[in-house]
Amino acid sequence: MLLTKERRQAFSYRSSQFSISVFRFVLIVGISYIILFPVLTKISSSFMPMRDLGDQTVNWIPKHPTLDNYRLAIEVMNFPKVFLNSLFLSFLVAFLQLVSSTVVGYGLARFEFRGRNLILAAAIFTLVVPPQMMMVPLYLNWRFFNLYGLLPNGGLNLMGSYWPFLLTAVTGTGLRNGLYILVMRQFFSGMPKNLEEAAYVDGAGPLKTFIRIMLPSATPSMVIVFLFGFVWQWNDSFLTTLYLDSNFLPVALSNLSRSLAAYLEMTDVQYFSLIVNAGSMLMIAPLLLMYAVLQQYFVESIERTGLVG
Amino acid sequence: MKKLSLRQQKALTGYLFSLPFIIGFIFFFLAPFIQALIFSLHRLVIVRGGYELVFTKWENYRYALTVDTKFVPTFVETFLRMLLDVPAIILFSFFAAILLNHKFRGRLLARSIFFLPVILGSGVVLALEQTDYMRTMMEQSANAFGSFMSGPALTNFLMQLKIPYQLMTYVINVVDRVPEIIRASGIQILIFLAGLQSISGSLYEAAKVEGASGWQSFWLITLPIMSPIILANVVYSIIDSFLAANNELVVYIRSTAFGGAGFGIGTAMGVMYFGAVAVVLAVVVAIMSRFVFYQE
Repeated sequence: MLLTKERRQAFSYRSSQFSISVFRFVLIVGISYIILFPVLTKISSSFMPMRDLGDQTVNWIPKHPTLDNYRLAIEVMNFPKVFLNSLFLSFLVAFLQLVSSTVVGYGLARFEFRGRNLILAAAIFTLVVPPQMMMVPLYLNWRFFNLYGLLPNGGLNLMGSYWPFLLTAVTGTGLRNGLYILVMRQFFSGMPKNLEEAAYVDGAGPLKTFIRIMLPSATPSMVIVFLFGFVWQWNDSFLTTLYLDSNFLPVALSNLSRSLAAYLEMTDVQYFSLIVNAGSMLMIAPLLLMYAVLQQYFVESIERTGLVG
Repeated sequence: MKKLSLRQQKALTGYLFSLPFIIGFIFFFLAPFIQALIFSLHRLVIVRGGYELVFTKWENYRYALTVDTKFVPTFVETFLRMLLDVPAIILFSFFAAILLNHKFRGRLLARSIFFLPVILGSGVVLALEQTDYMRTMMEQSANAFGSFMSGPALTNFLMQLKIPYQLMTYVINVVDRVPEIIRASGIQILIFLAGLQSISGSLYEAAKVEGASGWQSFWLITLPIMSPIILANVVYSIIDSFLAANNELVVYIRSTAFGGAGFGIGTAMGVMYFGAVAVVLAVVVAIMSRFVFYQE
């Protein structure tokens, strides 16, 4: 009697575990499907020729896969040029943002000084103000750049150069830079204090301690900050069109159907959609590649990144 | 030179490390911010080698609110959408984080898929998607899920449950936007998951020994410990929805400032937008921080 009761309990435990895992599996597959759906649509339609579009039997997998969509997208977007421009700018900005947010985050996390909380509040404040509000002053300041009268003359025209991006990235006030400062500060706050003290006792200065002791263990957080900085710069069309020109990937992509119409001297919503999808694939492929290489930092070591402290 | 005490030395080092941001904040943030406030009260005229300001008092605001026909409706719509989306995003991402925190085979793959929207969920590609012809077509042909989960079937089901009408419309609206909400949740899931992993397992073990059910330990352990993170995520989601590139208001403010109506009016719209964001954030933080539980 006793035995069967135990057995029954064990069985009901196992069956509830089983039903939980089935439930979980269904949910995860369903949500993954919703997330992957737009990517799959893009992949599928970017290889699809026009004649498969009219074919009722073709749904996801094109019958006559073609690279023509890509060829046309590359040509009309002037892809090699805009790709290199975007790549260079995004790398530069992400790197400089990483440097500035690491340095500032460390300063805010590990040293006591008056006004520290004020600076932290300022970093949060930069996140809350919509850039659209300051668009006009920013535009004018870079157009007639003289640091509010600190530089002589009528001011330099920095529009159309990388300077606005470089200067804001170096000083931690670039796109969403406040967030990266917070992430790095959060990480450094969680490091044990005696690590630093040991280095000081051994005669290392603050800078040396920072570079030799603190930075190596901050790699996961730094990878995430770099990745975010890169992705946001890569996708940004607001500041690039404001400060620079349209020779960057996001802008070229959003103008693609208009340029196609001019290039082919015709308009065809269905056909253009295929080519725009090929263009979108060209834009997200580098991000997917980067994500694939770096994703272990996301999925395995979140607990070490100090996103939450 | 007098030698500084250790404490002063440390403070000085702290200032030196934070110096880049202090400079940047003053020149590239605070100054333009104040300028924006000033500009919104002026008419701005570009002249040779610079610009001139003509003081117009509240004229720009008056124009934006009473003359411009599109500003107020877009403004209201943006805020309503935010109110609709943020609770759904928080609920979903919390739930998803709990799901991903389980141990099961394929967990790493599931996590990398769930975080994928962090990479793809912003900017031009997303905006293009929303109007893409191929996507709508494939959605129609492939989406059995959609037809089951939305439209008349769902309305009927909810009617039979006899839930209040307002709640019903909310649920229907949210279900219609499920893909958008899931795709806006990447970072929130990441933050929640990091929070869940920081809860020490011994708390749950102790609760289990005391005879608490999984349900009880969720309400008494997980939720209180996660409450600061929920607050942080709510704030993040609000900011994120305000700054999204496909936000209609953002697009409209921009086209007002640089096309036609003029810099001053565009800036005045931006200032009002910021004011509203600040008020929403202040109210949300004030209400939520009453329920937030801090350890220590």
